[in-house]
Amino acid sequence: MSLIELNNVTLGYEKHIVLRNIDIKIEEGDFVCVVGPNGSGKSTLIKGILGLIKPLKGKIKYNNLKQNFIGYMPQETKVDANFPASVLEIVLSGTLNNSGFKPFYSKEAKEKALNNLKLLHIENLKNKSFADLSGGQRQKVLLARSLCATSKLLILDEPSNNLDTKSKENLYEMISNLNKEGITIIMITHDLDHGNLIGNKILSLREDEIFYGSTTDFVRRIHHDK
Amino acid sequence: MINSLIEMFSLSFMIRALIAGFLISLCASLVGVSLVLRKNSMIGDGLSHVGFGAFAIASVLHFAPLEFALPIVIIVSFFILKLNENSKINGDAAIALISSSSLAIGTFVVSLFGVNTDINNYLFGSILAISKSDVIISVILSIIVIALYIFSYNKIFALTFDEKFAKSIGIKTNLYNIIFASLCSVVVVLGMRLMGALLISSLIIFPTLSSMQIFKTFKSVVISSVIVSTIAFIIGLIISYLVATPTGATIVIVNLIIFIIFKIISFLKS
Repeated sequence: MSLIELNNVTLGYEKHIVLRNIDIKIEEGDFVCVVGPNGSGKSTLIKGILGLIKPLKGKIKYNNLKQNFIGYMPQETKVDANFPASVLEIVLSGTLNNSGFKPFYSKEAKEKALNNLKLLHIENLKNKSFADLSGGQRQKVLLARSLCATSKLLILDEPSNNLDTKSKENLYEMISNLNKEGITIIMITHDLDHGNLIGNKILSLREDEIFYGSTTDFVRRIHHDK
Repeated sequence: MINSLIEMFSLSFMIRALIAGFLISLCASLVGVSLVLRKNSMIGDGLSHVGFGAFAIASVLHFAPLEFALPIVIIVSFFILKLNENSKINGDAAIALISSSSLAIGTFVVSLFGVNTDINNYLFGSILAISKSDVIISVILSIIVIALYIFSYNKIFALTFDEKFAKSIGIKTNLYNIIFASLCSVVVVLGMRLMGALLISSLIIFPTLSSMQIFKTFKSVVISSVIVSTIAFIIGLIISYLVATPTGATIVIVNLIIFIIFKIISFLKS
C-alpha cells in the first residue's frame, strides 16, 4: 500500500518552478534514495512532502500517515553546532508533535526519547552538550530526534555529509536496520555508491529527465548509457 | 553602608524601581536567550528605538506613554518579522531601517514641538520616571511574559534550535514567532523606563552571553541568565544609588564585569 502519492505535483516558489508534474508513489517499507545535481529540486521535493511549501499544482496524498508525524532529519551543517543544548533536550523536542500547550514533557515522551537513544546506541550521551559531540554523534542525535516524531516515515537530508568512512558506514547500517524494522525511508544523497547499496528505489532528478524506479533498473540504465 | 542601604529602601521610588526592575530584568533574560541564539540580538535595540519614537509622540500629544508605545512596538515587531521573511531585505537591514527611521521621527517630533524632560529619561533611563501605575503595569505584564514563556518553553526551544524541523512536526512557528515578538516588545517597552532606549538591549543580551561562556545546555543557560540578570540589576541599582551614577549605565557595567568573570572562568576550565 502506498504511504505517499504525488499526483502531477509541481513545486517551487514565487515565479520560480523547481519541479514539474511529478508522479510518484512511495510504498510502505520503501527505501528511496533521491539523487541529482545541486539545484535539481531535491530539497524542494522534501519541503513539499513535509508541508513546508504548498504544491503550485497537483496533490500530495498521505495514506495512513499524518503530515506532522514524519521524522525529518536536516543536514547536520544546517544546525548550529555550538548551540547550548543537551542531547536529551534535542531528542525530546522530536516528541512535540504529540503534545499540547504544556510546560513539561510527559513520562511517555521521556521514555520514547530514551528508547530511541538506546536504539541508536547513544544513551550514554544523553546529558552531554551537543556542542561537545563529533559530527557522527551529532547526526545520530538528529536521527534520534526524528525517530521520536515518527514510527512510519523518515526523511533524511544528506545524512552522510562531512562524515568519515567509518561513521558513514555505521550510520548507513543503522538507517538500513530501521528500514528493515518497517520504517519507510526517503534519503537525499550525493553518495551514489551507498545509495545503490542500501536503497530499493531511486528517484533521480535531472533537468532533462526524472527517473523513478528500482535501484537495479537505475544501475542497469547507467551501465547502458556508458 | 548598611545605613545607606536602609535609607535607600525606605524611599518609595527606590522600592518601585526595585520591583519593576527585578521583574523586567527577569523577563529580559528569558527572551534574551532565544534572541541571542537565533542571532537576532539587534531586535531589542531596534525595538527600543521604535519605543523612543512612540514615547516622543505620546509625550507631545499628552497620551499615556506606556499604553501608547506598547501596541506600536508590538505592531512594528510583527512588521520586522514579515520583513525578515522577505528575502529582498535581510534581517539586519530591516532592523536598521526601522530603528533609524523611528529615532529620526522621535527626534523630529520633539524638535518641532519643544523638548520635554521625559525624552531624556526615555533615551538614558531614570528610576525616578517609574510611577506607581508603571509598577502595576510592569507586574501584570511581567507575569504574563513569564507564564507564556513557561508554557511555551519546549516549543521555544524547538523553534530556537531548528525552526524548519519545528515546522515539520506541526509546531505553529508563525504563531510562536508572533507570541515571541510580542514578549520582546513588552520587555523593551517596560525596560526603557529604567534602562533607556540606548541601553535596554544590553539587558537582553548580556546575561545570555555571560551564561553561554560556562553553561552548555539550554535549561542551564536560561536559569543562569535569569540569576545573572536579576543579580546584576540589584547590584547595579545599589551602586548607582550609593555613588550617584545613572542606573541603566551602572547595570550594564555590572553585566560587563560578570561577562568578563565568566569568560575568565571558561578560559580556565578549558
